Amino acid sequence: MSEAVISGNYAQSYAAKLARVHVVSAYPITPQTSIVEKIADFVASGELPAQYVKVESEHSALQVCISAAALGARTYTATSSQGLLLMHELLHWAAGARAPIVMGVVNRAVAPPWSLMTDHTDSISQRDTGWIQFYPESNQEVLDTTLIAFRLAEHPDVRLPVMVTEDAFFLSHTVERVDIPSPACVDAFLPSRSREGAVRLGARGRLGSFTGPDLYMEFRYTVARAMDRARGVLEDVEAAYERATGRHHGGALPTYRVDDADAVLVTMGTATSTARAAIDAMRARGKKVGLAKLRVFRPFPAREVAELASRVDRIGVLDRSFTFGAAGAAFTEIAAAAHDAASKPILRDYIAGLGGRDLAPSDLDGIVSRLLKADASGIEWYGLKRRRAEVSSWPA
Amino acid sequence: MARLTIPAEEYLRAGHSACPGCAATLVMRYLLKGLGPRVLLTVPASCWTVIATPFPTTALDVPMVDCAFEATGASMSGLRAAADALGLADAIVVGFAGDGGTSDIGLQALSGMLERRTDGIYVMYDNEAYMNTGIQRSGSTPQAAWTTTTPVAAGSRGKAEPKKDIMGIVDAHRPAYAATVNVAFPEDFVKKVETARERSGPRFLHALSPCPPGWRFPPEKTIALGRLATDTNLFPLYEVDEGRCRITRKLGRARPVQEYLEAQGRFSHLTPEETRSIQADVDARWARLLAREAQS
Repeated sequence: MSEAVISGNYAQSYAAKLARVHVVSAYPITPQTSIVEKIADFVASGELPAQYVKVESEHSALQVCISAAALGARTYTATSSQGLLLMHELLHWAAGARAPIVMGVVNRAVAPPWSLMTDHTDSISQRDTGWIQFYPESNQEVLDTTLIAFRLAEHPDVRLPVMVTEDAFFLSHTVERVDIPSPACVDAFLPSRSREGAVRLGARGRLGSFTGPDLYMEFRYTVARAMDRARGVLEDVEAAYERATGRHHGGALPTYRVDDADAVLVTMGTATSTARAAIDAMRARGKKVGLAKLRVFRPFPAREVAELASRVDRIGVLDRSFTFGAAGAAFTEIAAAAHDAASKPILRDYIAGLGGRDLAPSDLDGIVSRLLKADASGIEWYGLKRRRAEVSSWPA
Repeated sequence: MARLTIPAEEYLRAGHSACPGCAATLVMRYLLKGLGPRVLLTVPASCWTVIATPFPTTALDVPMVDCAFEATGASMSGLRAAADALGLADAIVVGFAGDGGTSDIGLQALSGMLERRTDGIYVMYDNEAYMNTGIQRSGSTPQAAWTTTTPVAAGSRGKAEPKKDIMGIVDAHRPAYAATVNVAFPEDFVKKVETARERSGPRFLHALSPCPPGWRFPPEKTIALGRLATDTNLFPLYEVDEGRCRITRKLGRARPVQEYLEAQGRFSHLTPEETRSIQADVDARWARLLAREAQS
């Protein structure tokens, strides 16, 4: 174990190195670049004896990982925003080919208009591709979750790709103190990948293939079952990681001060840390409020959400993206899961912090205060500028 | 007695699902004969996705990794990287894609693979249109050819634009080896595959692949048509071996291109003037190739 003061991006780079990945392939995009630059340094210096394939697009980056994984290699890539959207076809491919790729995704807004800042639209819009998705809130959690991701992805009951997201700049370019586990510690937690099921040189076989209506559904169902099994496997892997390092990040939906809460806010990523401080301040003022962090978006922790919904009168969801024509994606899923709750809480969706708009403690306080007063479910855009004086010119 | 230069071993089994007379099947057969059993094959969306037969069967004795339509070059780089990382140094990485998957949608990934010097062999089997989807024009469809998206009608004389020069594009990347091959000349085909196998770095084979349903000719004429393509100088056989160009089949006098064109329904609308124009283009390209050979 060693301590370092590093960015969230470097936390990804160090995790990939500690995982002793065989193959890295990446294409640069702001704000992902320092992840792959640092890995290039590790490979160039010989610290990481990996094959680093520098490709001409994100689409190719993921195809490199998929084909390398087919042969049994441990693979890593990282991207963001438009790059992730370009990969979309291959995200489906990776899951369908059961390629246990780990990918860092720096959450960045989608154009137009161009923006480099935090927004979850990029990864949320990949939710149907069969990738496991994590939304950490600190650089330590990014590093730990990336290591956990490899073991989870490669588990024989799972064999699915995993993305570990980071909020742009809030994590990717902000440095924090991070405990970096020793190589021996990680080697014990994460042995080299088994090549069982991989394509074998010199043997007949086909990975991918094609099929008709007689079998296609069964292929899809195997992915669905693997995703379901990932819930339980994640619990085991996180317990093993805690034994190895002493750290545990609370599973798919860690909660904070929810026991007697009248209202609970659900957050993802870095907004969680700010919300935790806001909850403490409101608690100090006697408000019965709590927090739940949607740490894993796929597989969705529906059981945990239903349990939470059975215990509180009001659930607010902070969505840092919006599904046009519907609601925030986390809200939609939470509403569906809350349908199974014993009692029916009021559900409010707060669309906030898009394109990197700051979410200060006062904003979180404002959102939770509105939630406490809500008397009906609904969706609202929080902090939207509506008065002409607030903006120099309106979009049409 | 002629020396038997084609290995007897078969890596493509009976029971594949190609159309009768399909040259793409022979391209794979001769390719694997020349390369042997240590091949890692990657194939994008193409006729060959189907020819290899559906899950859980395969017509091939070598492993095949399906990849996305536009990503063959990247898939090759991934297989090479993994093979090197996992100690499978003797693996021969082969990308096998159609003309649309190579010269249109897959051109970027091909360029990337060539530029980063991936150690592997890319084979483009050229049936000169999107045949698996029903004969739509590709960048590799020759000028004037009928396809379902370049009809022959009052305002249309087949494809208006000339065929994309994939060998020229590949050559600009300075590959370790590039060659044209034709199933009508199997000895030349296998010899070039064996040369490619001996080189390292990015290698490219452009294989003409006559397609009976797409080109509108009877399936028993595949080899005859392939032979005509080369013997009219329309599809010359040559190689560029570490920069040196060599034509591997030269006739004292080439056959008129009209013989090749009139054997196919896709050119049945051509006027004598259009045929002369194609002949002039073939002659000009042949002269350029001879000059290139003389310079190297």
